[in-house]
Amino acid sequence: MSLQLFFFYLFSTITVASAFMVIASRNPVHSVLFLILAFVNAAGIFLLAGAEFLAMILIVVYVGAVAVLFLFVVMMLDIDFAELKKGILQYMPIGFLIGIVLFLELALVAGSWVILPEVASSSVLPIDDTISNTRALGQVLYTRYVYLFQGAAIILLVAMIGAIVLTLHHRKNVKRQDIIEQVARDPKTAIDVVKVKSGQGLNG
Amino acid sequence: MTPDIEIGHFLTLAAILFTIGVFGIFLNRKNVIVILMSVELMLLAVNINFVAFSGHLNDLAGQVFALLILTVAAAEAAIGLAILVIFYRNRGSIAIDDVNVMKG
Repeated sequence: MSLQLFFFYLFSTITVASAFMVIASRNPVHSVLFLILAFVNAAGIFLLAGAEFLAMILIVVYVGAVAVLFLFVVMMLDIDFAELKKGILQYMPIGFLIGIVLFLELALVAGSWVILPEVASSSVLPIDDTISNTRALGQVLYTRYVYLFQGAAIILLVAMIGAIVLTLHHRKNVKRQDIIEQVARDPKTAIDVVKVKSGQGLNG
Repeated sequence: MTPDIEIGHFLTLAAILFTIGVFGIFLNRKNVIVILMSVELMLLAVNINFVAFSGHLNDLAGQVFALLILTVAAAEAAIGLAILVIFYRNRGSIAIDDVNVMKG
């Protein structure tokens, strides 16, 4: 067994095991942490497949941003997760059945396909082994695929604005600064002189 | 690109990951957070397929496509979690059974 194959088996075993723990673990915080482990090992698999840039992006975006986002939400919401785990066995058989069928179909597809020679010989963007993967991606991303790149940017922008608009809410009864009103105050409007009779106090 | 690792290995791994993701959706039918994580796992499986074929066919386009999928997955996670947060704020729970109250 070559070193590459050894590392492939190592990474894929850990990925599958931690992916299983993501769905099986009782505590959602553990789920998120196992998700991080799965993504880190998937980045190793990307490295073995020759996609160095995507491997690093996977770590930066997923482990650095998305998984932490999940962790924030899990910790922010005060949820009785034991309650949500009830009835878990109710859907187990149908889920198991569908999973088995789906896996068998995917395995059949994965085991029985050929790439036509004319397709294999005419790749859209042949990989140039003399330059690094990051450089090669950058060379096509900003030229040939610039519209797709801009589209991805728009999607991220919309997602960002959407997330902010959705979660932003102004609470009532919270005192906030209102600069104009505060600066415009003068003694006439701010101070009210009242005569108080002794023994009666101020009503209202 | 990958002289020692057959593409069948990658495809099998992606198939297993995808199946785990689908299974996770059924297993945690009430917990939206774990369902979102399962969706992320399925997208990861798809990305593994793209990258594996990119290496196999010596074609960079697959990696460009995988990059776009990563973008969409990140946006989807952000929006999904934002909806989850406001749903929790309104209902005080994140059980899927309550989601039908979102109907307009």
